[in-house]
Amino acid sequence: MAKEKLRRTVMYAAGNNPGLLQNADIYGADSVIFDVEDSVSVMEKDSARDLVYHAIKNLQYSCEIGVRINHISTPWGYDDLECLLAAKPDYIRLPKGETGDEIRDIDNIITKAEKEYGYEPGSIQIMVSVETPKGLRNAYEIASASPRMMALAIGGEDFSASLKTEKTKGNAITAGRELFVARSMIVFAAREAGIQAIDSVFSDIRDEETLRNEVQLVKELGFDGKSCVNPRQIDIIHEVFTPSEKEIHYAHRVLGVFEEAQTKKSGVIALDGKMIDMPMVIRAQRVLALATAAGVYRKEEA
Amino acid sequence: MSKLVRTAQAGTMESTDILVVLAPAEAGAGIQVELVSPTMRQHGSHIKQLIAKTLQAAGIADAVVHATEKGAMDCTIEARIKTAIKRASNE
Amino acid sequence: MKNAAGREIPVSIQGYKEVKPYAGPFATQPDGRMAGPKLKAVFPGTEKVLKSIEEAIDASGLRDGMTISFHHGLRNGDYVMNMVISAIARRGIKNLTLAPSSFLDTNDELIPYFEQGVLIAAETSGLRNKLGRFLTLNQLSKPTVIRSHGGRVRAIECGELKIDVTFIAAPTCDTYGNINGVDGPAACGSMGYAMVDARMADTVVAITDNLVDHPVFPVSIPQYQVDYIVKVDSIGNPAGISSGALRVTTNPRDLHIAKMAAKVIERAGYFKPEFAMQLGAGAASVATGKYLRETMLREKIRARLAIGGIPGPFCDLLDEGLIGTLFDVQSFDLRAIESIRSNPKHREYECSFYANPWNKGAMVNQLDYVVLGATEVDTNFNVNVMTDSSGIMMGALGGHPDASAGAKCTIIVAPLLRGRLPMVTDAVQTISTPGETVDVIVTDRGIAVNPNRADLLENLKNSGLPIMSIEALKEKAYALGGKPEKIEYSDDIMGVVEYRDGTVLDVIRRPIL
Repeated sequence: MAKEKLRRTVMYAAGNNPGLLQNADIYGADSVIFDVEDSVSVMEKDSARDLVYHAIKNLQYSCEIGVRINHISTPWGYDDLECLLAAKPDYIRLPKGETGDEIRDIDNIITKAEKEYGYEPGSIQIMVSVETPKGLRNAYEIASASPRMMALAIGGEDFSASLKTEKTKGNAITAGRELFVARSMIVFAAREAGIQAIDSVFSDIRDEETLRNEVQLVKELGFDGKSCVNPRQIDIIHEVFTPSEKEIHYAHRVLGVFEEAQTKKSGVIALDGKMIDMPMVIRAQRVLALATAAGVYRKEEA
Repeated sequence: MSKLVRTAQAGTMESTDILVVLAPAEAGAGIQVELVSPTMRQHGSHIKQLIAKTLQAAGIADAVVHATEKGAMDCTIEARIKTAIKRASNE
Repeated sequence: MKNAAGREIPVSIQGYKEVKPYAGPFATQPDGRMAGPKLKAVFPGTEKVLKSIEEAIDASGLRDGMTISFHHGLRNGDYVMNMVISAIARRGIKNLTLAPSSFLDTNDELIPYFEQGVLIAAETSGLRNKLGRFLTLNQLSKPTVIRSHGGRVRAIECGELKIDVTFIAAPTCDTYGNINGVDGPAACGSMGYAMVDARMADTVVAITDNLVDHPVFPVSIPQYQVDYIVKVDSIGNPAGISSGALRVTTNPRDLHIAKMAAKVIERAGYFKPEFAMQLGAGAASVATGKYLRETMLREKIRARLAIGGIPGPFCDLLDEGLIGTLFDVQSFDLRAIESIRSNPKHREYECSFYANPWNKGAMVNQLDYVVLGATEVDTNFNVNVMTDSSGIMMGALGGHPDASAGAKCTIIVAPLLRGRLPMVTDAVQTISTPGETVDVIVTDRGIAVNPNRADLLENLKNSGLPIMSIEALKEKAYALGGKPEKIEYSDDIMGVVEYRDGTVLDVIRRPIL
C-alpha cells in the first residue's frame, strides 16, 4: 500500500493543442492524460496522434503521462495504439470499457510493442473508464483482466447519459446522487482487484464550492483521486485528498501505540481510553502513506 | 517512403502551433520553404532546416512548404510536417 | 569602456550629456543644489483661463528648441499630448525636445512630427508600438534618453532635464488652476507624475474638460503652480484610461507563477507583521496579490504599506484591513480611482516621494518585497523591460529599477518561454534593471535565487519550491525553445538607458534588420 503511486489528480490535456501538451506537467497534477479521443474532432485524429507522439517522445515530463485512445471499436483505436505505444506512454487510458476481452486485446498489443521496442515487460499500464451499465456490471472482470490494470475510472457524464439522466451538481449532501451506486460499485471492483479508483471530471471550473463537495464525497466513498480538465482545480482536489494535520497527528499516535504494543507483545491496545483495532491501524498507515506521498509528513516529524 | 500527390495542410494558427501547407513539386525542384515567424531572426533558419530535414527523412526531395509559425517548439513542427506528409500522400 | 554592469559604453555619445558609466546601485552621490522653475508673480485680477490651446502656446512663450512635457496618467485614453503637439506644429514651432513621463500606444500619431522636425528628441520612461520602432530605427539629432520614474524626477530636480513648458491633462481644474484627478469625465485617479512637472516646469498649462468654480477640492496640483488654463471638449477616453476593474487573470500559467511568488514572499524572510510591498501591474504580479491575500489571512499578517501603480485588487486588500495604507502614484483601474477618491487610507503622492533616488528617502526605500515582470533576465540577474528580443524599444522602465533598488527582496515573475523565446538568457538585449538589485526569478518551470543572497536561499531551502540555479533555468529554456541566434547591431546609438542616478546603465544600438 505504501508504495502505491499517488494519483489524487489525473488531468486531461487536449491532444491537438501543443500549448497544453508542452505545459501539461508544470501545474503539479499527479498524473496527466494526453487525450486523442473526445477533445479531438474526427478530422484531426491523425494530427493529434502525431502531436502527442512527438510531445511524449521529445519532452521530458516530470510526472506520469498516459494517453487516452479512441476505443478499439472505432476506426482510430488500433491506429492510436500503434502510433502512441511507440512513444512509450506510462499508461493507456481506454474509454468506455465494457468487457475483459477488450482489456486482454489491448494487453496483447502492448506486450508486442514492449517486445518490439525493447521496453521493460509490463512497464506500460492500463486505466479503464467505465461509462455504461454494461461496463459497470463487468467492472471487476475489467479490473482484473490484466496485471497491467492500475485503475478503474468512472466517466460521469457518459454514464449519466447512458442512464437517461444527467450529471447533477446536487449539494453538499446529495452531490450527484445519480452516480452514487455506480461510484460505489467502481470502488468495490477496484478494491477487490487491488487497483485504484479514479472519479470523473467536474466540468464547471468556476464553481469551486461544488467541486470541493464532490471531491469530499468521492474521497469518503473510497476513491484515490479525481480527473480534472483545468489546472485551477488541482489545488482544491489535492487539499481534500491530503490528510489534515489533525488526521496525521492521530494516525502517527495510533501507529506509535500499535508498534509499542507489538514489541511488548501486549494484547489489547488503547489510545486515549479507546480501543485500537486492526482496521484503525490500517487506516492510520494509509493516512501516513498519503501524507508522505503528498509531502506533508516525514516520519521524524510530528 | 512517401510521395506527395496533393496539397495538404496541418496545424493551426494558434499560439505555440504552426500551420503547414505542403504541396508537391516537380522532380529536381528541391524543397522550398516559405516561413512566417515572429522570431524569424532568432529561429528562422533553424525552423526552415528542421522542416526540410523532416521532409527528407520521409524520402521527399521535392516540395513546396508554406509555414506560418506562432512560437511552436521543434516537436510540434516535426509532428505537423509529418501529418501534412501523410495527408498529402496516398498512405 | 565597460561599466559596472559589464556593458560596453562609448566614452562620449553624440547629442548626450557627459557620459558617466554606471558604477553600482548606490555608488553615485549628488552634489549641488536643487534646480527650480523661473520665479513668477501672478497679480490679483489676472485671468488664467485662455480660449484655446494655440493661445496658451503663445502665452507660454514656447519657442524653437525648448523642452515640453506631459504626464501619462491618462494612459491609452490620453488625447492631450497628440492634441497639443499638433497645435504646436500648426504654430510653426520646431526643434522641440519631448519629455513626457511616458509614451503609450496612442502616441504613434507623433511619428510625422518627428519626421517634420517639430520634435527632434525624446526623453521618457517608456516607448511603445510604432513610435518605439520608429525611434529605434531612425536617427534623430540626439539619442532617446530612457529614465525610470525616479530617475526622471532626479534629472528634473538636479537640472539635467529642464522643462520649459508642461501641458497637464487635468481631469478637474478650477478657474484659478487647482487640479485634481479624481473627478470629471476623464478621471484618472492619482496625479503623481504631473505633480512633479507642475512643481518644476517654468510654465504650466492645464488642459481640462471639466472646468469648475474656484476652489475645487481635493487639490493635487495647487493654483500657485499653474500659469494658464484651457478648456477643451475632451482630454481623454475613459475606456483607454482604465479598462474597467482590472480582474485577476484566469490564465493557469500566470496563476501558477503567482502562487509560487506568493510562497516565495511567505518564506523568504520578510513576511512579518507590518511589512511593506509593491506589486507590478502585470498579470502574474497582480495575481500574486490574490494568493498573498490567502496567506495573509491564514497567518494573520497584514502589510503596513503598499505602493506603486495601484490596481483594483490592492484596494480590496486595503478595505479588508490587510494593507494599512496605500500610496498611489498612478491608479490603474476604475476600482482604484474610486478608492483613491473615497478612502482616506488610499493616498495620492508624487513621484519624488515614490521613487527619487536623490532625496532624503523615497518610499521605495521602505519596501520589503516588490514583485515585477520582465521581458528577459540574464544569468547575472540583469533584467530587460525596455527592448524586445529583436532590440526594438517597446517597453517601459517605469518604477522597475527604483523599486528593485529599494526593496529588500525583488522578485521577478514571468513565464520561462514566450513562444520559442527564452525569458532567461545568456545576456539580455538591454539592461534596464541591474542584476545586483534583483533577488529571485520565479518562472512556471523553476525558481532561481541570486547567489549573492545566501540568506534568501537558506530561507527558501525547505519551502518545497522548485529552486534551481539561473543557469539551469536558462538551459531548460534553451532546451525547449532552442537557443536564439544573436541579433546584430550597428554602432548607431539610438537610446541611452540611464540608471536612476543618471549614470549610463546601457545603450540601445540600432539593430540591423
